[in-house]
Amino acid sequence: MAEPLVLGVESSCDETGIGLVRGTTLLANAVASSVDQHARFGGVVPEVASRAHLEAMVPTIQRACADAGVTLEEVDAVAVTAGPGLAGALLVGVAAAKALALGLGVPLYGVNHLGAHVAVDVLDHGPLPQPMMALLVSGGHTNLLHVPDITSDIRSLGETIDDAAGEAFDKVARVLGLPYPGGPHIDRVARDGDPTAIRFPRGLTARKDMERHRYDFSFSGLKSSVVRWVQARERDGEPVPVADVAASFQEAVVDVLTRKAVLACTEHDVMDLQLGGGVAANGRLREVLEERCAEAGIRLRVPRRDLCTDNGAMVAALGSLLIAAGHEPSPLDIPADSSQPVGQIRPLARVAS
Amino acid sequence: MLLALDTATGSIGAAVLDGDQVLSEVTFQDSRRHGELLAPAMEQALTAAGGTVADLTAVAVGVGPGPFTGLRVGIVTGLVLGELRGIPVHGICSLDALAEQAVRDGVVDGPFLVATDARRKEVYWAEYAVEQGRPRRASGPGVAHAVDLPESTRALPAVGRGPLLYDALTRAGVDAPVDVHPGMLGAVAHRALAAGEVPGEVPDGILLAPEPLYLRRPDAAVPGPPKVVP
Ligand SMILES: [Zn+2]
Repeated sequence: MAEPLVLGVESSCDETGIGLVRGTTLLANAVASSVDQHARFGGVVPEVASRAHLEAMVPTIQRACADAGVTLEEVDAVAVTAGPGLAGALLVGVAAAKALALGLGVPLYGVNHLGAHVAVDVLDHGPLPQPMMALLVSGGHTNLLHVPDITSDIRSLGETIDDAAGEAFDKVARVLGLPYPGGPHIDRVARDGDPTAIRFPRGLTARKDMERHRYDFSFSGLKSSVVRWVQARERDGEPVPVADVAASFQEAVVDVLTRKAVLACTEHDVMDLQLGGGVAANGRLREVLEERCAEAGIRLRVPRRDLCTDNGAMVAALGSLLIAAGHEPSPLDIPADSSQPVGQIRPLARVAS
Repeated sequence: MLLALDTATGSIGAAVLDGDQVLSEVTFQDSRRHGELLAPAMEQALTAAGGTVADLTAVAVGVGPGPFTGLRVGIVTGLVLGELRGIPVHGICSLDALAEQAVRDGVVDGPFLVATDARRKEVYWAEYAVEQGRPRRASGPGVAHAVDLPESTRALPAVGRGPLLYDALTRAGVDAPVDVHPGMLGAVAHRALAAGEVPGEVPDGILLAPEPLYLRRPDAAVPGPPKVVP
């Protein structure tokens, strides 16, 4: 029998994603982004994102089917991001997925967004190593995950205790007069700067912090430190060396992310690390991570760029792995859970009252 | 078969109609769980009507006004089902369903007000006239603090949750409907379709585009320059 055709729905933040996957083969990955609508606000506005999801949902479904050359009637199962994410945004995708599942008479699989970020690499580099470590970095999350089995056992080792790394990029870009989203612009400008020009703080790396927050991250202090440094320059009427500030800031972020990720691998005897999330596109992050992984003998996997940012294919991929592992579908009354813990790969069902 | 859905109020539900006859109606009362309860309501309504999604010929969905998060659940559900089955999806002002019920139940027989909970101490409202035993929307829908509505509007007998929440409004009677019944929403849609109304052709028509009547802008402020950090 042919492997099941799984449709994945993603709407946890500002991308409406519909993916189509057959087994572990990627057929389509249609994404509609509302990023332009958030630009003038300097960050994702939840209500704006939710409105955009509603408008984009059906056109994105149509585009995915056209790209894959399939009709909806051929779909064998529907997977959807149930959390974590923005509550109102998640709800649009969850409702759409339920309508698809009910209308097609096929099973529904609610899945964890972070798990989907990890699972996606099965579409690019084949079966996932077991166990593996995953470093997920984006505007919405910064997580270090220990993954013995993607379908049943995901453990959170650490996460940001304040801002996500991508958020820090956005805020620093704003201070430097660079456009939103800040990540690609900081990356570009930093290439002409000296990463050692200014020694910005490395959050949660002091000895005391390494005891309590060994694998956690903090970027809020770094961001304030950059703002303070730039404003002091401006106060003194001196020009701001944008490239040096961007490079030095980026170096501080990259240094902590890569150091802790490699530490987590060596301390847990896990020799496979996967990078994911939108910030995985950052050139300096990949460069330093490659170097440090090579030194430590760790194999590094980075899914291709369009699979790193939020998308529906990653959701379909995790759904497909759950089906292959024989997991039960979700009932039609699963909630969208904005704070779904990472260890909870599937949303908990509630009984309709 | 027509499937009618509404998630504009704390009543989340689905109804299946054959012509103007409501075959089944399933609603759950919960103002925070639209996303969880609509699909089961739909499934149960279809089963009770002895039909499946394949039997549907049209979908009518309440487009509010109502709190946005819940409202979108019903609309996206309708849109996806319409896409799936290749059938039309009609938006119906959710307040029209309350008006229909109030008239059918004999709670009102002259001009009246429908007012629902818009949160933030406001109501979603519309004024109706009764003509030939049927409600006709005369003004609205709008969103306002109940006390800020014109004196003449506040004086009208009111249905919906609004008069239960705000003393400035006068409830039409102890039997006045409070939440939207999807069966009534379907009946309103059926009547417009049977009368040959072409969506978008009549100004102030009954059949609306299947998109939310938001009436409010998203809360979002364009940030100023970064704060000076001491
Ligand atoms: Zn993500």
